[in-house]
Amino acid sequence: MSSAPLLEVRGLNAWYGESHVLHGVDLDIREGETVTLLGRNGAGKTTTLRAIMGILRRREGVIRLRGKDLLGLPLHKVAQTGLGYVPEERGIFASLNVSENLMLPPTVAEGGMSVEEIYSLFPNLHERRSSQGTKLSGGEQQMLAIARVLRTGARIILLDEPTEGLAPVIVQRIGDVLVALKKRGMTILLVEQNFRFAKKVADRFYLMEDGRMVNSFPGHELDARMDELHEVLGV
Amino acid sequence: MSTIFGIPAPALYGQILIGLINGSFYAMLSLGLAVIFGLLRVINFAHGAQYMLGAFAAYLLLNWLGIGYWPALILAPLIVGAVAVVIEKTMLSRLYGVDPLYGLLLTFGLALILEGAFRYWFGAAGQPYAPPQQLTGALNLGFMFLPIYRGWVVIASLVVCLGTWLLIEKTRLGAYLRAATENATLVQAFGVNVPLLLTLTYGLGAALAALAGVLAAPIYQVSPLMGSNLIIIVFAVVVVGGMGSILGAIVTGYVLGVLEGLTKVFYPEASSIVIFVIMAIVLLVRPAGLFGREE
Repeated sequence: MSSAPLLEVRGLNAWYGESHVLHGVDLDIREGETVTLLGRNGAGKTTTLRAIMGILRRREGVIRLRGKDLLGLPLHKVAQTGLGYVPEERGIFASLNVSENLMLPPTVAEGGMSVEEIYSLFPNLHERRSSQGTKLSGGEQQMLAIARVLRTGARIILLDEPTEGLAPVIVQRIGDVLVALKKRGMTILLVEQNFRFAKKVADRFYLMEDGRMVNSFPGHELDARMDELHEVLGV
Repeated sequence: MSTIFGIPAPALYGQILIGLINGSFYAMLSLGLAVIFGLLRVINFAHGAQYMLGAFAAYLLLNWLGIGYWPALILAPLIVGAVAVVIEKTMLSRLYGVDPLYGLLLTFGLALILEGAFRYWFGAAGQPYAPPQQLTGALNLGFMFLPIYRGWVVIASLVVCLGTWLLIEKTRLGAYLRAATENATLVQAFGVNVPLLLTLTYGLGAALAALAGVLAAPIYQVSPLMGSNLIIIVFAVVVVGGMGSILGAIVTGYVLGVLEGLTKVFYPEASSIVIFVIMAIVLLVRPAGLFGREE
């Protein structure tokens, strides 16, 4: 593991229209690391992912991937730098079947999973490959949203609340998938409310409040900081 | 002479054929409108003008350069598609973030300019355009005579509609288009060049209109206002089928064409309004159109 960050965010400010939503966010992710953003609803976690991807366009500051500036790139060039995005709403397309959804994102680099590998990791998707994408259960849609970016060869995955609203047994399955991805050397930026889930996969945590990074600590300190977290997160 | 519901059979068949011909043009034109509206959210009022440009491109290719019908069938859509690409790049693309009304106004203004310019250059009267040698004459089908060119138009339009449907439903490019129609931002975040996709889609829609214009040239004559006569009906077809629905546009185009033809036989007084009456009823019962998704 090299010490220079793979993805480097410095002093990131962002706006939704006139409303200033990110205030100087700093964030580092090293190659192969899994980093989790914690924070209340509205703290700016999803906004941070959207700003890194370039979906949120009104930004200032620095976003660098392997030293390459992402801020000046048009939206469709960002994925080609190796970022894969799994949005909170999952973004499964109703007018595409499962297999078309899976094949939709263009390949961005060598070394993505083959379709066979993906179907062996997610057998449900193979069974339902001809179904309309949005006819899948919530858990299956989440699997599909993750599977979709694994095919492209993206090396960094931005994953927004993958366990939201899912049954515990599905959450367990998604946790297993993330552990498997870590083993493959994938770098993951995770937004997650579920501590127990995040603890299983995260190497480091960032804590966000009101559009700012207020703290960061390594994964093993999570238990010791529970009281502090409960106060900030209000859970 | 045999009769059906008191109508002489040849008259009935003749009107059904005319209905099918008109329906072919309704289907091809509303298909292009539906594809453009689905992805760009632009109500392309220039569609009738692009249809007219297709017919004029064929006419001018023949009279200025001696290029005949068959090459024109390819060249006219390419020329009009290229013009549309320039329009999209230089004007329409600036209006995507704002109220859809601006796109409508821009394309409406372009239609007026184009039609006015062609009326200034060529006069309002129609110019004749002969069908190609191979497609002249008529076939005796036993129950009626079928002018070969009209049969060709029905078949060609079916092929064009089917081809477009396959392109959208069965190819990777079509999957991009369908997905971008639902959520363009996410598709672009996956690395698809959506601005390029929008440009190509507008070009494709205009090329379809131009192709319909070339097919129409031998039937309706080539006149600057041929598109504006047709486009109002085509908008009604799109509304009945459901804004943005590809299959809806195709099926509704043919069905309404035939219904209009049948009305000419059974109650001619209503033939010019029947499509609008159907549109009003559909809007009352199913505001999203017969094939549209409620939002």
